[in-house]
Amino acid sequence: MNFDFSEDQQNLRSEARRFLEARCPVATVRAVLDDGDAAYNRELWTSLVEQGWTALTIPEAYGGLGMGRVDLCVLAEELGRVLAPVPFASTMYILAEALMIAGTAAQKTLLAGIVQGTCIGCLAIGEGPGDGALANLTTSVANGLLTGIKVPVTDGMAATTALVAARNEGVVRLFLVDLDQPGVVRQSLQTLDPSRDLARIEFTEVHCEPIGDDMLIDRLLDGAAALFAFEQLGGADRCLELAVEFAGMRYAFGRPIGSQQAIKHKLADMYANNQIARSNAYFGAWALEHGNAQLPLAAAAARVSACDAFWFAARESIQTHGGIGFTWEADQHLFYRRALQLDMVIGAVPIWRERLVTALEQTHAGDH
Amino acid sequence: MDFSDTPDEAAYRARAAAFLDAHRAAWPSASDAEHGKLAIGRHWQSLKAANGFACITWPKEWGGPAGTAMEQVIFRQEEAGRGIPIAFFGIGLAFCLPTVLKFAPAEQGRKFVGPAMRGEDIWCQLFSEPAAGSDLAGVRTKAVREGDAWVVNGQKVWTSGAHYCDYGLLIARTNPDLPKHKGLTCFWVDLKTPGVEVRPIHQMSGGQEFSEVWFNDVRIDDSQRLGEVGEGWKVALFTLMNERVEGGKDRGLTAAETLALARDTPVAGGTLADDRAFRAALANWYVRTRGVQLTRYRTLTALSRGQSPGPEASIGKMVTAIEWQEISRRIVEAQGAYGMIHDDRLSVHDGLVHHDLLYSPGVRIAGGTDEILHNIIAERVLKLPAEPRADKDVPFSQAPKGI
Repeated sequence: MNFDFSEDQQNLRSEARRFLEARCPVATVRAVLDDGDAAYNRELWTSLVEQGWTALTIPEAYGGLGMGRVDLCVLAEELGRVLAPVPFASTMYILAEALMIAGTAAQKTLLAGIVQGTCIGCLAIGEGPGDGALANLTTSVANGLLTGIKVPVTDGMAATTALVAARNEGVVRLFLVDLDQPGVVRQSLQTLDPSRDLARIEFTEVHCEPIGDDMLIDRLLDGAAALFAFEQLGGADRCLELAVEFAGMRYAFGRPIGSQQAIKHKLADMYANNQIARSNAYFGAWALEHGNAQLPLAAAAARVSACDAFWFAARESIQTHGGIGFTWEADQHLFYRRALQLDMVIGAVPIWRERLVTALEQTHAGDH
Repeated sequence: MDFSDTPDEAAYRARAAAFLDAHRAAWPSASDAEHGKLAIGRHWQSLKAANGFACITWPKEWGGPAGTAMEQVIFRQEEAGRGIPIAFFGIGLAFCLPTVLKFAPAEQGRKFVGPAMRGEDIWCQLFSEPAAGSDLAGVRTKAVREGDAWVVNGQKVWTSGAHYCDYGLLIARTNPDLPKHKGLTCFWVDLKTPGVEVRPIHQMSGGQEFSEVWFNDVRIDDSQRLGEVGEGWKVALFTLMNERVEGGKDRGLTAAETLALARDTPVAGGTLADDRAFRAALANWYVRTRGVQLTRYRTLTALSRGQSPGPEASIGKMVTAIEWQEISRRIVEAQGAYGMIHDDRLSVHDGLVHHDLLYSPGVRIAGGTDEILHNIIAERVLKLPAEPRADKDVPFSQAPKGI
């Protein structure tokens, strides 16, 4: 039984933590939050690239390090702890994965750009309110040209290359679109979490290339769910640490508020939720790494428990801090905003609960 | 990350499986008739003892095979995989005997080992009292010294299996004029001693798995004392620490079984399995129970690496007991008015879920209430400050008391 990070991965984690504590203090997050024009923090992005983070899972043939998905989970957790304001997930969990899973030899050359930090990805599926059911998509491809409006697109302003879900000959599948071409109009959107980039992108008869088959979207979403779960876990654990620290120092009625059962039990619940989320995330990581058939179930469980844990931790961390937690100056709202952003980024949690039960039905289809 | 055994673990698993399969005819089963269960259980326990599969982690000087915690887990997995229940002996062997062996004179402790390991003697824990549950150190059962003996008077409650037990581990108050943790002393007791009376408790779920144990002028010899006079709390804590490593089992229907049941339950426009709200609740049940199960794998990983389990091992019951209660209600109420029927012949799953609904409140209380478990995590894991206590440093006889 070996259901934990290896010693190498634990070393990677300590290194990553030290690195981000130096390079991504909360001021870095606030710099993006407070600057309406900044899509991400370029300095941090450059140092991540220099550190080899965008090379991590990319094969050596493209200049990458060829490491595994569990290693990527280690970095995800650390990025989540510090609320890193960079397009890492869109690039590494989604675009790079799509290329490695389904890219043609020519498409895979983009991987070299990812390693160098010049190629940034985004995933464009949704077109409006609702649960983003692929059945309702209107973006379409005709004669090799893609037309439609995608809103919202995470990292849509920062990205150089988009993966766009569009209808082609009646089938919804993904297309690679170079965003630096005529016919692409991008507009930055105001968001719940201004430390992250969100855009509306209008495509008018733009050049595109199909990538993968119609199964690729679900496969990508599953993998991303497992990886995002680690970011959420990092954020949730940080909320708990900050709340515990505050509850030990803040006095009311002559004693630390952390000695009151009302606070204690809240924080114990937070701890339990985070552990549940961690265990489910580990299983998601394992299924992703091994290409296991249980990935859809494992990924959905990882995502549902991570969304629930981060939301509870962020919400109750503000509550534990009392009035100070409701100020702009306190950092609690940064976690609250990020919890919400990650809660919806690849489809909101109700959809993932439904995906979980569907996966459960498929797993046990033969039992009944 | 992987879920496979190390070569040593795989070899042990093969040995365990070979033993189990060779003695298939002796396996106890959950459906054994009540009156035969104990005899079957004792026979099975004696077979395990004779083959080195009882008390696997006990050191050689206790008469155990000196195996690892991981080997214990592997053996239990193999037993559980064959549907073999644990009954009768767990509390004695996991909690009571290690305490007796640690605190009794060596030759006295050793004479208990063989019969307990073979299932001939069964032990129980005489700890909880009507006024001392979560706050165990508040026990009021008195032990008064008379020469070389102690005279015990009082009442214990929620003693698992006392009605079939032979011996018990007793905590009693030997000095009410000291603060509550300081005036306690532990003893072992033969339940056949005159003045010991066992009365089964009728639980709200209908069963009778626990008893009250009354002590009326029960005389026990000072040689039965475990540890020093006044050191009983230290002894009890040793016992309770064992309790925390042992705990944690899966309860209730699995998410897959619940889904299958939902598919057989008609609701307007389809079956319960199509109901979005029910599916969301089911997803929640899955992530919580699966999360606890996977957390156990993390604990096993620590054991497998020869490390102590991390604090996450303590969340299991706190998380699942209340979820179990809630999912049981959902399943039963989804039957509509028909759900009121609690009859094994008419109710879904032969009445199992209805039984769970009535049994789960006890699980939220037994072995540490939800509230105490929250306190434990907050204070021992998160290191939050303890609550002020009104009875600290006050002689027990003068501490505030209610019912």
